Amino acid sequence: MAEIQLTDLTKSYGPTEVLHHVEGDIKDGEFIVIVGPSGCGKSTLLRMVAGLESVTSGEIRIGDRRVNELEPSARDIAMVFQNYALYPHMSVRENMAYGLKIRKLPKGEINRRVEEAADILEIHQYLDRKPRQLSGGQRQRVAMGRAIVRDPQVFLFDEPLSNLDAKLRVQMRLEIRKLQQRLGVTSIYVTHDQVEAMTLGDRLMVLNGGYVEQFGTPIELYDRPASVFVAGFIGSPAMNLLPAEAHSDGIVLPTGVKLAGAQTQSGSVLLGVRPEHLVPDQDGPIAIDVDMVEQLGANSLLHGTLSGTDHAMVASIPGHVATANGTQQRFSAAPEVLHLFSPETQKRLDA
Amino acid sequence: MIENRPFTSFLSHLILILGVIAIALPIWITFVAATHNELRMNQTPLPLWPGTYLWENLQKTLFGKGLSGSETAPVWMMLLNSLAMAMMISVGKIAISLLSAFAIVYFKFPFRMTCFWMIFITLMLPVEVRILPTFEVVANLGLLNSYWGLSIPLIASATATFMFRQVFLTVPDELLESARIDGAGPMRFFWDILLPLSRTNIAALFVILFIFGWNQYLWPLLITTDTSMTTIVMSIKQMLEAAEQSPQWNIIMTTALLAMVPPIFVVISMQKLFVQGLTETDK
Ligand SMILES: Nc1ncnc2c1ncn2[C@@H]1O[C@H](COP(=O)(O)OP(=O)(O)O)[C@@H](O)[C@H]1O
Ligand SMILES: [Mg+2]
Repeated sequence: MAEIQLTDLTKSYGPTEVLHHVEGDIKDGEFIVIVGPSGCGKSTLLRMVAGLESVTSGEIRIGDRRVNELEPSARDIAMVFQNYALYPHMSVRENMAYGLKIRKLPKGEINRRVEEAADILEIHQYLDRKPRQLSGGQRQRVAMGRAIVRDPQVFLFDEPLSNLDAKLRVQMRLEIRKLQQRLGVTSIYVTHDQVEAMTLGDRLMVLNGGYVEQFGTPIELYDRPASVFVAGFIGSPAMNLLPAEAHSDGIVLPTGVKLAGAQTQSGSVLLGVRPEHLVPDQDGPIAIDVDMVEQLGANSLLHGTLSGTDHAMVASIPGHVATANGTQQRFSAAPEVLHLFSPETQKRLDA
Repeated sequence: MIENRPFTSFLSHLILILGVIAIALPIWITFVAATHNELRMNQTPLPLWPGTYLWENLQKTLFGKGLSGSETAPVWMMLLNSLAMAMMISVGKIAISLLSAFAIVYFKFPFRMTCFWMIFITLMLPVEVRILPTFEVVANLGLLNSYWGLSIPLIASATATFMFRQVFLTVPDELLESARIDGAGPMRFFWDILLPLSRTNIAALFVILFIFGWNQYLWPLLITTDTSMTTIVMSIKQMLEAAEQSPQWNIIMTTALLAMVPPIFVVISMQKLFVQGLTETDK
C-alpha cells in the first residue's frame, strides 16, 4: 500500500504534447477516478503510472520511490485492461499464477494466493477453464483475480467495464468498489463515464485535452465545479449555462430579468444552474418555453428555451408533471446554487 | 448453394468421383506395380490387381543396392537423407522466421523496415535463380555432400517470416503489456506467449515446408555427388533414366511408394492443427 505523487507530469508524442503539467497527490488506500472525454489523455496518464509509457518530464513516485525509470514489473502495480488481456492459451489458474511464477514464488505460496483470490471473486469453478470458455463478466473477474494475486501496492484499471452490458456494469462497479475497500489498495481507475466516476471514486481527476480541470471529491465537483467544462461534464442532465451580466445587486439574464442577490463580481459572466435546482414558481424570474417533456418516473425533464431567446434550458422536477408542450413555465433558483464562470477563461469566478 | 435436386446431386457426385479416380488411379497403379515381380511388369496388359511380391519388393528396394546393374545407395539410406534434409529445412525455416518476425514486430531498431523489405525481396530469389553463386559459396565452405549443404541454402524464408509477422500483428498489444507487468522479459514473452499462440500456424507451416523440403530435386542433384547422400526424389529420377535399358518397374514403383509415406504421415498427423491454423482467426 502506498501514496502516489504526480509532479509536473508532461507527455509528448513527438512534437505533440498530450498531457500538460499534471499534478496530483493520491493518499494511501484512496480510490481515484480519472475521468474525461475520449482522447483527453486518461489512458496515457494511467499507462505512465504503470510504466507502459515513458515520462517526458516530471516525476512519478509510488510509496517513497521515484519510479520514472522502473520497469512495470518493478513498480509493484497490477493493471486491469479494457479487453481483459488474459493469455488465451493458459487456463484461468495459469493466468493468475503466471506473474508469481516469474517472480519465482514457491509453488505452495502461489497456490495459496490463487485459491484465496478465487475465493474472493467466486471463480473457483472456472479455475481450469480457458478464457475463451468464459463470459465477459467472468473474464473481467479473472482479470481482477490476476491483479489481486500479485498483492500489489497499486491497482490500475483502464475502462475495465466498458465491454460489459449495462446491467453487469452496474453490478461489477459495486463489486470493484467493495473489493477495493476490503483490500484497501490504492487504486487509479480510468473511465469516460461520469456516473461510474461519481459512484466509484473517493476523488475524481477531471481531464480535458490533457489538462487537469479539477481534482476533488464527487461532491466538491458537483457543488463547486472549477470550470465550465467540469460543470457540463459532471451531473446529468448537464448544467444549464447562460451568458449574463453580473451587478453588485444581482445578475441580469439575457431576457433582461434580474436575479436578485448581492454579487462580488461585475461584468459579463457565464451563469450556470443545474436542472434539478430550478424550482417551479408561479412568479419566478426564469421563464422557459417548454417544447418537450421526458417522463422518467422519479422525475420529469422539461426541455425548452429561455423565453424570448434561443438558449436551450433543461429543468428537472421531482415526480410527474402534466405540462403541455409549447407552454411557458416559470422557475426560480436559490442564490447559493448559481455558479458564475468567466466567459474568457471558462474558470469559476467566486473562488 | 443448398440445392437438392436428384439430377444436380447425381452430377456433382459424378464429378467428384471422377476427380477421386483421376487422383487415386496413378497411386493405385504404383501400388499394384509394387506387388508384382519384374517379369510380370514387363508383360502386357499391365496388371490392375495386386500380386504377391510386395514383401519381397520392399526388402529388395529398402536394403538392396537399387536397380541391378546400377550401384546406388539402399533406399532406406535415401529415405533417411530426405528426412534429414526435409526436417532441417522445415525446422530451420520455422525457427529463423519466427525469430526474425519477432524482431521485426516487437523491437524498434534502426532500419527495421529496411530489414523487413530486404527479407521480403528474397521472395524473388528462390534457389533456382541464384543457383550458381549459391553453389560457389557452399562449395567454398566445403559443405558439398553434407546435410548442412543440402539444407542451409534453402532455409531463409521470406514467406514464413511474413506469415509469422502477420500472426504476431494480430496478437493484442495488451498481452505484451500484461506480460511486462507480470515481469516477463522479451524472450520469456516469446516462449511463454507468442509461441503457444502461433502453435497452429507453426503446424500448418511445418506441413507445407516439410513437403517443400522433401520434394527438393534440383539443389540436391547439384551438390551431392556421393551416392550415400542421394535423396529419394533424386533417385527416382535416376532410376527412371536407368530404366530405359532394363525396366525394373517393381523396384521403381516400390521406391515411389516409399517416397510418399513420410509426407503422408506428416500431413495426417498434423491435419487437425493444420486446418485450425489455416482457418482460425480468434486470438
Ligand atoms: N502512441 C501514440 N502516438 C501518438 N499519439 C498518441 C499515442 N497514444 C495516444 N496518443 C494521443 O494521445 C491522446 C490521448 O490518448 P489516450 O490517453 O488514449 O486518451 P483516452 O484514454 O483519454 O481516450 C490522444 O489524442 C491520442 O491521439
Ligand atoms: Mg483510453
